[in-house]
Amino acid sequence: MRYFLSLAIILSALWLGISGVYKPVILALGAASVLLVVWLSARMEVVGTEHNPAVYSWRLPVYWGWLVWQIVMANVHIARLVLQPQRIRPRVIRAPVPHKTPVAKVTYANSITLTPGTITLRLEADFVDVHAIDDHSAAGIEGGGMAAKVSWLERGREID
Amino acid sequence: MNTVLLITILAVFLTMALSLVRAFRGPTNYDRILAVNVFGTKTVLGVALIVFITGHDDLIDVALVYALINFITVVAVLKLVKMRDLATSGEGDITDG
Amino acid sequence: MVDIVLDWVSWLMLLSGGLVAVIGGIGLLRFPDIYTRLHAGGMTDTLCMLLIIGGLILQSGLSILSIKLALILLFMLFTAPTAAHALARAAMVDGVEPQTGEGEPSSNT
Repeated sequence: MRYFLSLAIILSALWLGISGVYKPVILALGAASVLLVVWLSARMEVVGTEHNPAVYSWRLPVYWGWLVWQIVMANVHIARLVLQPQRIRPRVIRAPVPHKTPVAKVTYANSITLTPGTITLRLEADFVDVHAIDDHSAAGIEGGGMAAKVSWLERGREID
Repeated sequence: MNTVLLITILAVFLTMALSLVRAFRGPTNYDRILAVNVFGTKTVLGVALIVFITGHDDLIDVALVYALINFITVVAVLKLVKMRDLATSGEGDITDG
Repeated sequence: MVDIVLDWVSWLMLLSGGLVAVIGGIGLLRFPDIYTRLHAGGMTDTLCMLLIIGGLILQSGLSILSIKLALILLFMLFTAPTAAHALARAAMVDGVEPQTGEGEPSSNT
């Protein structure tokens, strides 16, 4: 029940944010579409802990802020490589995935891909194949800093 | 302010032109899909900038929808290239061998 | 006073976003194989997106417009890695070998 409620609240907020027209008829249509989507999600059996964005605590915005900072630094690095393409040393590395839940694994893989310089080629249960553009980017994954950060995010989920 | 927006949109257009060059050169299909993907995301940025240059706020919905369509396009084209058919399902996933 | 500072910050973000876009586009042309080009493409999808949309949000202030811009940014940041991963995975499964070792054959370093 908690998941349906949070899904409905998020969908309503999304609808109110996009619509911009607050007349009774339009609002009723919006409520109807929110109910329809919640009903469809219930029928598809996709509503559960893994699909509920509300289960992450205050740690999620902190993680996003940290990720944006990583993205900025990685971008500066790749921009330098673009201007000096002879410096790239692309290679494929294999890094361990220490997380237990699928959400944390996917978050980790997506964060790797989102950071320029590293791309997830393959995600398995306990390892991930990463294409890194040079030693500096590879070291960022092999150092395990991002994995530790995602573990920290995962722990926040259990406490709740 | 308008000058800044104009410079930015020109930079976005230049990037679109560069990605078009990559789309024509190839050499593999995946290079072309990547170039089209970059072209699509830059289109979203271009539309968002046009909203601010012309002052027509409603156009932003076009950018919003284009952002979603662009993603679906990439996945659909990938599937088309891999499976030669959009309707196949089941075992043959684009991420499988 | 605050308005002027915000204006300057947003101009700076827009201009640097344009610069990042062009650098990413150049990287798309200069890098040797599909996987390295994905990194250049990812650059234009992430930082360029953040800077330009962020600059526009600062320009528009608090309104429906900025909410929609933030939604665009959120969608792009969620879908960009998925698209990049699908591309890399499909290319790898198709047998496109990642070029390894030194960058371009012509380089000496």
